[in-house]
Amino acid sequence: MVEHRGWSRYIPYLVLSLGVAIVAFPVYLCFVGSTHPQDVIANGNMPITPGPLFFETYYKTLFVGSSGSTREPVSTMLLNSFIMASMIAIGKIAISIISAYSVVYFKFPFRMAAFWLIFVTLMLPVEVRIYPTYKIASDLHLLDSYAGLTIPLIASATATLFFRQFFLTIPDELVEASKLDGAGPLRFFWDTVLPLSRTNIAALFVILFIYGWNQYLWPILITTRDDMQTIVIGIKKMIVTADALTEWNVVLATAMLAMLPPVMVVILMQRWFVKGLVETEK
Amino acid sequence: MASVELTNIKKVYPGNVEAVRDVSLTVPNGSFTVLLGPSGCGKSTLLRMIAGLETITSGTCKIGERVVNEIEPAERDIAMVFQNYALYPHMSVYDNMAYGLKNRGTPKSEIEKRVREAAALLAIEDYLTRKPRALSGGQRQRVAMGRAIVREPQVFLFDEPLSNLDAKLRVTMRLEIKRLHNRLNATSIFVTHDQVEAMTLADQVVVMNAGKIEQIGAPGEVYKHPASRFVASFIGAPAMNLMPGRIAEAGSVETPGGKLPFDAKRFSASGEVEVGIRPEDIRTADGANGVPFKAELVEELGATRLLHGNFGTTPIIVAIPASGTQYESKEVRLTVDPAAVHLFDRTTGRSLAR
Ligand SMILES: Nc1ncnc2c1ncn2[C@@H]1O[C@H](COP(=O)(O)OP(=O)(O)O)[C@@H](O)[C@H]1O
Ligand SMILES: [Mg+2]
Repeated sequence: MVEHRGWSRYIPYLVLSLGVAIVAFPVYLCFVGSTHPQDVIANGNMPITPGPLFFETYYKTLFVGSSGSTREPVSTMLLNSFIMASMIAIGKIAISIISAYSVVYFKFPFRMAAFWLIFVTLMLPVEVRIYPTYKIASDLHLLDSYAGLTIPLIASATATLFFRQFFLTIPDELVEASKLDGAGPLRFFWDTVLPLSRTNIAALFVILFIYGWNQYLWPILITTRDDMQTIVIGIKKMIVTADALTEWNVVLATAMLAMLPPVMVVILMQRWFVKGLVETEK
Repeated sequence: MASVELTNIKKVYPGNVEAVRDVSLTVPNGSFTVLLGPSGCGKSTLLRMIAGLETITSGTCKIGERVVNEIEPAERDIAMVFQNYALYPHMSVYDNMAYGLKNRGTPKSEIEKRVREAAALLAIEDYLTRKPRALSGGQRQRVAMGRAIVREPQVFLFDEPLSNLDAKLRVTMRLEIKRLHNRLNATSIFVTHDQVEAMTLADQVVVMNAGKIEQIGAPGEVYKHPASRFVASFIGAPAMNLMPGRIAEAGSVETPGGKLPFDAKRFSASGEVEVGIRPEDIRTADGANGVPFKAELVEELGATRLLHGNFGTTPIIVAIPASGTQYESKEVRLTVDPAAVHLFDRTTGRSLAR
């Protein structure tokens, strides 16, 4: 640690505060905008203090929806996004922890080939394989369903790689001690590998949940019904080309609401993985 | 409890690494057998084959009356203590000890009873709710032993369990293991590269080198009658002095430092041989008899002192009891008890004892 004396020790605070202000100001402005009437924002003079319409705007946004092209209440979109992001995060973690487990702890023919095949999919995100993936999803009648929204995004090379690297750091003696203690592969997985991976699972969950939450291209293709819409798409659809018709207060309220679940996940999981960091040790 | 019988055991690792070559060994029921040898000689591999953690390339391994070659580790009725303890980091001490019993479907009350008993035996009752991370090295080692004890196995296997401890704790734990063995009388196989551990713990020492057994015997036996030059130099500290020799007449060998008598009843030797004398078997002599020797360097060890010097052309070490006498750079005469002279074959290194 570098120690500062005198006034110079306030410099880090100054720099940090500046950084926070730069990041937080647009968010604050977004909140302020969501509490003023539509026409106040539309005429271009954005106020700097919150307005009077907090409860009205948020009630309307959550339970009624905008009067524009999409009439879905934002609560439905929140739910859709939440289900999608959770399924993607949980699905990715479940699949990749199992595949990493098999690649690390089992000897079978073409084990490394399997690993490299998984690895190569790093180069094939949904955007690259979008047409064939869409074709398959529609052939399987997955359009406008949660399965269609999530399954094509679940296969994950990154998370598999991540768990593999972690498993390689678990000492071999632990596997051997388990063998002697009469624990088969499944027991070893449940009783030892999973508890030791808690921290990693929590960290991955945060990253993958946000990844799922921010999905745009795939949901816009796979969903057609308004009630299957996710919040990211909802925001986009609320902004009508004719600027005056856009209910900016509702759009800004939606943006505020869209931020909350990821923030919650970060806060909740942070407590979890800090706890994990303190308690586990290989 | 059971005996362990190894017959012509071999282990070849992928890449044609011959780690264990043709080992046959009987570990009697209730004995404490130590596998001793330098690092890389295959002792861990041998132990792990008994545990079932490595496959046996050829040969048979019997525990009790049962051939266990194809039997799963958990079914072999053995317990193992690892060098780095291998405790489950996320489980409490109690759960660590109970885990093996739980997996075998032992009733809860029985598990509780056995864990408490083992904990009392090892003086770790106060730590049962702690995680391994909150224990010192010695305490973790005890937990690892407790985990083995609660299983009440036929055979205990130890793979260098003391080498991660500091010197002082190692001595304490060594005594504790000895005490435990005296009490439980369980068949134990203990791997170490430390001859002091081997000598103090073993009923039977198995000296290994390059995947082969050099000698099997009681600690006193391998010290007094080493079967090969390797055993002779590996056991005993400081190491045995070795020098070339040639048998000139019956019962006397010509060395670079002079003629030494040896016990012709024990050794049948002729021609070129290798002569071995332990530093502690050499005495200083009064008067004119004995072989002349000048100490170039003296090391004080408190109870003994080590004289380094040349025996003719061969550098040797002499260990003598500490006394007021000044030895540095002074010519003295050395004598050796004929019974303490060992003779080895110059080419094969085997002892020439009849
Ligand atoms: N899994 C393995 N694959 C290949 N060679 C191995 C393996 N394990 C050990 N060896 C080799 O076998 C020999 C004996 O090893 P080991 O039994 O661990 O020796 P020790 O325990 O006596 O130090 C060494 O040469 C080592 O390099
Ligand atoms: Mg070893």
